[in-house]
Amino acid sequence: MNVFGFHYRLERKAIGLVLAIIGVASIGGIVEIAPLFTIHQTVEEAPDMRVYTPLELAGRNIYIREGCYACHSQMIRTLRDEVERYGPYSLAVESKYDHPMLWGSKRTGPDLARLGGKYSDEWHVAHLNNPRDVVPQSVMPAYGWLGRTDLQAADLGAHLKAMRAVGVPYTDDMIANAATDAYGQAAPDTPFAEGVTKRYGEATNVRVFDGAPGRLTEMDALVAYLQILGRLTAAAQKPLAAAKE
Amino acid sequence: MIEQLSRNERQLSLVILLCLAVLGLSMAAVGRDDPLGAHGALVLLAAIGGLFFVISGYYAPEAGPERLHSYYDDPSKVGIVIAMAWALIGLFVGDWVAWQLVNPDLTFDAPWSSFGRIRPVHTTAVIFGFGGNALIATSFYVMQRTSRARMPDQLSPWFVVFGYNLFCLLAVTGYLMGSTQSKEYAEPEWYADIWLVIVWVVYFVLYLRTLSRRSEPHIYVANWYYLAFILVVAVLHIVNNIAVPVSFGHAKSYSIFSGVQDAMTQWWYGHNAVAFFLTSGFLGMMYYYLPKRAGRPIFSYRISIISFWGITFFYMWAGSHHLHYTALPHWVQTLGMTFSVMLLVPSWASAGNALLTLNGAWHKVRDDATLRFMMVAAVFYGLSTFEGSFMAIRSVNSLSHYTDWTVGHVHAGALGWVAMITFGSIYASVPWLWKRPAMHSARLVEAHFWLALAGTIIYVFAMWNSGIIQGLMWRTYNESGTLAYSFVDSLVAMHPYYIARAIGGLLFLIGAVIGCYNIWMTIRTAARSADARAPGEPAPLYARKPALEPAE
Ligand code: HEC
Ligand code: HEM
Ligand code: HEM
Repeated sequence: MNVFGFHYRLERKAIGLVLAIIGVASIGGIVEIAPLFTIHQTVEEAPDMRVYTPLELAGRNIYIREGCYACHSQMIRTLRDEVERYGPYSLAVESKYDHPMLWGSKRTGPDLARLGGKYSDEWHVAHLNNPRDVVPQSVMPAYGWLGRTDLQAADLGAHLKAMRAVGVPYTDDMIANAATDAYGQAAPDTPFAEGVTKRYGEATNVRVFDGAPGRLTEMDALVAYLQILGRLTAAAQKPLAAAKE
Repeated sequence: MIEQLSRNERQLSLVILLCLAVLGLSMAAVGRDDPLGAHGALVLLAAIGGLFFVISGYYAPEAGPERLHSYYDDPSKVGIVIAMAWALIGLFVGDWVAWQLVNPDLTFDAPWSSFGRIRPVHTTAVIFGFGGNALIATSFYVMQRTSRARMPDQLSPWFVVFGYNLFCLLAVTGYLMGSTQSKEYAEPEWYADIWLVIVWVVYFVLYLRTLSRRSEPHIYVANWYYLAFILVVAVLHIVNNIAVPVSFGHAKSYSIFSGVQDAMTQWWYGHNAVAFFLTSGFLGMMYYYLPKRAGRPIFSYRISIISFWGITFFYMWAGSHHLHYTALPHWVQTLGMTFSVMLLVPSWASAGNALLTLNGAWHKVRDDATLRFMMVAAVFYGLSTFEGSFMAIRSVNSLSHYTDWTVGHVHAGALGWVAMITFGSIYASVPWLWKRPAMHSARLVEAHFWLALAGTIIYVFAMWNSGIIQGLMWRTYNESGTLAYSFVDSLVAMHPYYIARAIGGLLFLIGAVIGCYNIWMTIRTAARSADARAPGEPAPLYARKPALEPAE
């Protein structure tokens, strides 16, 4: 039984044991993770994919801050019932700009990957203020303070810059105008609104999300984010819908 | 505490605390009204408290050289007390979270108390606060005993214990303020992560230095597991947390990974946090305390070798079973599934090795609730790994994923295995550490055992039921070929199970409260009986400083 003899000697050397543990434990991770970075085989092409606007990014950060991901997934699996319930299954490219991803692991509430456009802004505001006003059986917490809190928009440029540092293609122009773009996206009647569509595309939602014009709140940001979920690219809407199973 | 430190160590600790104070001050200054600023203030406060403490004992006479002939156990004692405090916090918040799913308005309309913010407080407080402190405290105890060597110095164990708890505090208070990376079990932001790396390096070096002083030729199994825990957690932590902060004045950072790569990295981390934190470390605990308490040698040395390397190798492949049917490439999912199923072999080998060790000591299991805690832990370890391997099969996972079944599996492992082995080990160590013949009350240990077992069983059965019902309702079709139930229908069906789970959790929490009381009374009477001795009277046998006793 040489194996055990070998081990008998190994366990007399702390450093040998340490190196053996690192070596044995590294293999799995290297084999599974490293190839994923050869992006082209992992992630589909989607030339129409756009980045988050500053307001949507701020909304996404509120989603993270409040831990919405603890109850909501954003990953529709390739199963027939999921596709019928929530919409076309999620593609890798759709979370290409998500640092970090918010796929989630628990569905205490429904999947939100294709939420954008499903409900009106008013519905979302009422629902977030008190879910039980809209869905009496809901166990989702009420987020009444979002509409009462002003959004911190001044440093959004620094946020876009950090996102660019990790690989999201924000331009200098976008970074320089981040704070005013955030304001403009929720204020359609002001001169700032124009820049948003110029930089992020005609299809960008520009409107008063929280129903209270003149004030930029966290509610504006979160609803703007919820309304764009699943809509950054049309790649998944193509007739892929027939699930594999 | 301070009198045990040498003069040099006292000076060094002042220097470290001063650096920490400066660090805290600068964080507070650049962070201002960002969570980073509040955390700066917290660090500053902790450092000032530490400074006062060290200075107050600075001129105490140094303990004589004879202290070097006994093990250094004070850090283990403090670690165990802190672990129990975290248990109370973590279990209380866990039960609060559970009641929030029964009645969502238990948040008092405050941002900090809403579900999404206190759920990570629960997971961090139990895993890192309770589990982590127990691992550190017991590892200090075990590495010294099995090496028959005292720790090389008195300062680094304190740095590890207090530094680690500073990390836990930063984590938990951060979530309450809304500061989180959203990566499950890796929520703390970049500065807390960097701090943990520093603490962890000191921990690792301390472990190796103690091993290098050992007077036993062989390194005992328990140490392999503790070492694997320390090493692999370091690798996982560093890779998964690489991120770019918005600025040095912002707590917020953006992960360098995105989308599918991030998902794979996160679950490579997440699953192996389970493997090397919640499994490997606690197996180390089991391999020391169970044979010791049972008074029997480990059943098979060879099985322990095979299962150790099996666990170390297989687990690292299994993370992708968290991503079945997602946008992750199919071949990675298949690899994850295959290795998860193979993982059952070393897992059951470990559980079997533990249970077979009890052969010949079953009468002790019957009479001694402490040993029974450990026995039940081994059973739940076997159960939850079987369940895990089963859930990792793609078609099973299509039902279980996203449902309460996962939560049931988690708590079969967390309550049944992690918490039980920890309570067992703590009940064994407390009398040994504080030099008492036994715990204050054996009946209270017995009561804790039954409350914990009942709580776990109620919790796990409730979640199995709700999870499977939920999964089935989501995929049921009616005759016309459309989905039979709306999401809200499934929500309503969960309600009774959520109540049952919260009650089970309450029993578990009450058990832990009793445990804390019992430990506290044991410590208090130890202190009193030491004072009550007439001067010059020899200490009773069990109260002598442990001589370097033979390793097993
Ligand atoms: C305790 C778990 C929980 C948390 C945390 C939570 N939700 Fe929900 N959510 C639910 C449940 C349950 C439902 C289904 C009932 C309902 O519509 O209210 C739901 C429904 C929703 C819906 C409607 C989805 C649909 O397709 O009908 C949206 C949108 C939503 N949540 C957004 C959020 C946001 C944004 C957050 C974070 C600020 C959040 N939720 C946090 C549990 C939660
Ligand atoms: C009083 C006992 C406990 C109660 C009542 C409790 C309750 C809960 C609840 C309600 C959740 C959230 C589930 C959901 O989102 O649907 C949860 C999650 C979790 N708990 Fe506990 N818990 C307890 C003890 C523990 C212990 C001792 C541990 C670990 C050692 C633990 C580890 C976890 C983990 C890891 C999760 C996250 C699960 C996931 O993401 O799937 N819990 N717990
Ligand atoms: C052979 C060993 C094991 C295997 C193969 C295994 C497998 C799995 C699987 C398949 C899931 C569900 C993933 C999903 O659908 O999202 C899971 C979740 C989980 N398991 Fe295990 N498991 C094992 C042992 C354990 C043990 C001993 C614990 C100890 C506490 C544990 C803790 C967890 C946790 C915390 C999660 C939840 C992760 C999350 O979604 O947040 N597992 N495990």
